[in-house]
Amino acid sequence: MNSTSSRRPQTAAETQDRVRAGLARRYRAERRFRAYGIAAITFGVAFVIFLFGTVFSQGVSALRQAYLQIDVFYDPEIIDPAGNRDPDDLMVADYQSLVRASLRERFPTVEGRPALRELYSIASSAASVGLQRRVTADPDLIGQRERLWVLADDTVDMFLKGKVSRSAPQEERRLSDAQIGQIDVLESQKALKLRFNTAFFSNGDSRDPEQAGVRGAVVGSFLTLLITLLLSFPIGVGAAVYLEEFAPRNRMTDLIEVNINNLAAVPSIVFGLLGLAMFISFFGLPRSAPLVGGLVLTLITLPTIIIASRAALKAVPPSIREAALGIGASRWQTVVHHVLPLAMPGVLTGAIIGMARALGESAPLLMIGMVAFIVEVPTGVLDPSTVLPVQVFLWSDLPERGFVERTSGAIIVLLLFLIVMNAAAVVLRSKFEKRW
Amino acid sequence: MPENRPSPPIAGSSRTIGAVTTDNPVFACRDVNVHYGDKHAIKHVDIDVGRSEVLAMIGPSGCGKSTFLRCLNRMNDTIESARVTGSIMLDGQDIHDRKQDVVQLRARVGMVFQKPNPFPKSIYENVAYGPRIHGLAADRGELDEIVNTSLRRAGLWEEVKDRLNHPGTSLSGGQQQRLCIARTIAVNPDVILMDEPCSALDPIATARIEDLIDELRESYAICIVTHSMQQAARVSQRTAYFHLGDLIEVGETKKIFTNPQAKLTEDYITGRFG
Repeated sequence: MNSTSSRRPQTAAETQDRVRAGLARRYRAERRFRAYGIAAITFGVAFVIFLFGTVFSQGVSALRQAYLQIDVFYDPEIIDPAGNRDPDDLMVADYQSLVRASLRERFPTVEGRPALRELYSIASSAASVGLQRRVTADPDLIGQRERLWVLADDTVDMFLKGKVSRSAPQEERRLSDAQIGQIDVLESQKALKLRFNTAFFSNGDSRDPEQAGVRGAVVGSFLTLLITLLLSFPIGVGAAVYLEEFAPRNRMTDLIEVNINNLAAVPSIVFGLLGLAMFISFFGLPRSAPLVGGLVLTLITLPTIIIASRAALKAVPPSIREAALGIGASRWQTVVHHVLPLAMPGVLTGAIIGMARALGESAPLLMIGMVAFIVEVPTGVLDPSTVLPVQVFLWSDLPERGFVERTSGAIIVLLLFLIVMNAAAVVLRSKFEKRW
Repeated sequence: MPENRPSPPIAGSSRTIGAVTTDNPVFACRDVNVHYGDKHAIKHVDIDVGRSEVLAMIGPSGCGKSTFLRCLNRMNDTIESARVTGSIMLDGQDIHDRKQDVVQLRARVGMVFQKPNPFPKSIYENVAYGPRIHGLAADRGELDEIVNTSLRRAGLWEEVKDRLNHPGTSLSGGQQQRLCIARTIAVNPDVILMDEPCSALDPIATARIEDLIDELRESYAICIVTHSMQQAARVSQRTAYFHLGDLIEVGETKKIFTNPQAKLTEDYITGRFG
């Protein structure tokens, strides 16, 4: 600043001049700030669109899957040679042969083992599972004919989705020219087409992409989060209410507060190790179980819920507490009847943020064995299971083309979960929101 | 009606000028001190609160009048650093005694705050809350009766009788304050403490509250803290002047305003400071 402008203005006119001289600079600063804000938001929105765009463009094809229509004859000679309809025998019978027989019927000209093996590989190895399920459920089917849709192999699926190039030399693709010819025939007969992928939503994990589904991971995530919610919400809110409304302010509570804030910043994998040492090694709880996962995630979400709940309780105006205390409500009544209901929107928001974090957490769950390859859909909190983010991690590592779209498909399911949870938070918030 | 209880003696000599004691007092406070941490906020206050009287407490900002008021229903308990010593007798029973439950005390000594603070619930629920937690009504009919009477006595019934289910916060400021008064009298207290009840209200709402105070005086002892000397002169029978934590002078309101004994009181009343 030079000497003339730093002189204090003496008259009103001089003051006005000084104000006017600075105006442009002040407005420029404001415009600059707005530009930064818009740039930041644009940047953020662009990234979100990019993320959702890639995930959806890759994952949406996982919603459709190649299905093959076969005319199957439930040959008693093959599935029930003893003729006694023994359920144990029906369980282990050779349904694969039925699928193969029906494919041979459709292409009677194919001969020789190598050519037949190629033909057979159009159907998924899982196709026989469907037949087995139908026959064990209804043994009267034996000896009858039926037209069925069964899973096609994942290479066929990829081919129908245009991910295998027809023009590439035969050695460089996983389908031979003969198979492509058969696929074309089947398609022209409307016996092979892309249909809604029910297997993706009804199956557990599998090594075969066409069979792999998210059901196991979804149920696992649900059970894990249920445990987390049931434990962390009451404990977290209770701790927050005690610290905010009842605890004396002293060195001890200060120490607790600092430690809670520190815990919120501890890397989650550390909690995973803690869970491994404590819940599995010390208490002997089963590995890979949603119960243990829920316990570990409880440790992770507790600080978030406590901090958010305390902030919400602090934001309740003291006049409400005074009003209740002033007519003779006990402290407990004051908290339960007035303070907590008013803090509920904030408490719920904190809980949902914590749960959303828990839903996306994978590292600590790797530590407690939820990364295992588990085909069965869990039926209880002690069954081995995995969770959605770990499923995404597992599939992203697999070489088959089919798993690429399934990885994105699982991410879509995970995002849907999150959106539903956030929507629930908004609904609950507006339900509890009261003005004072 | 409680039997006539003489005012307890004052230890040593009172530092306060004027008529500190009354006959048959509701509250008899002797040598009351309040510390906020290191700050000595109320210094050796002796004062009686009589039955069926309005005691006004006046004084410049920060003189401790609100602090003293909050001693009477132990609202200072909620402030961590506050420490209250001395004896405050409510009908002969020390309110700091182990036997005196604080919840029961606050049911007997109601309080109306500076800013109207109705609960964010319906008008009905605001009034019904106190009787409900204290179990004063056996059934819904009795509760309705209490709500009705309380609202009538607070002069609010005619204005809200058709919308008892509306939120208490939807009322105007003056109505909200009368709702808070109704809420207080619904528990049927002996004493009502009012901490600048009209400072957030316009003159018309203020006049209504002042009329109400005058009516309520017949049934309750009322202690009111006010910044407005006119208000003190209008509604109170006795006035206490506080200055920097000291109770300087107590006396009949007329006497305090026409012929104050202490120099500080006179300076304040004549507007030389404050």
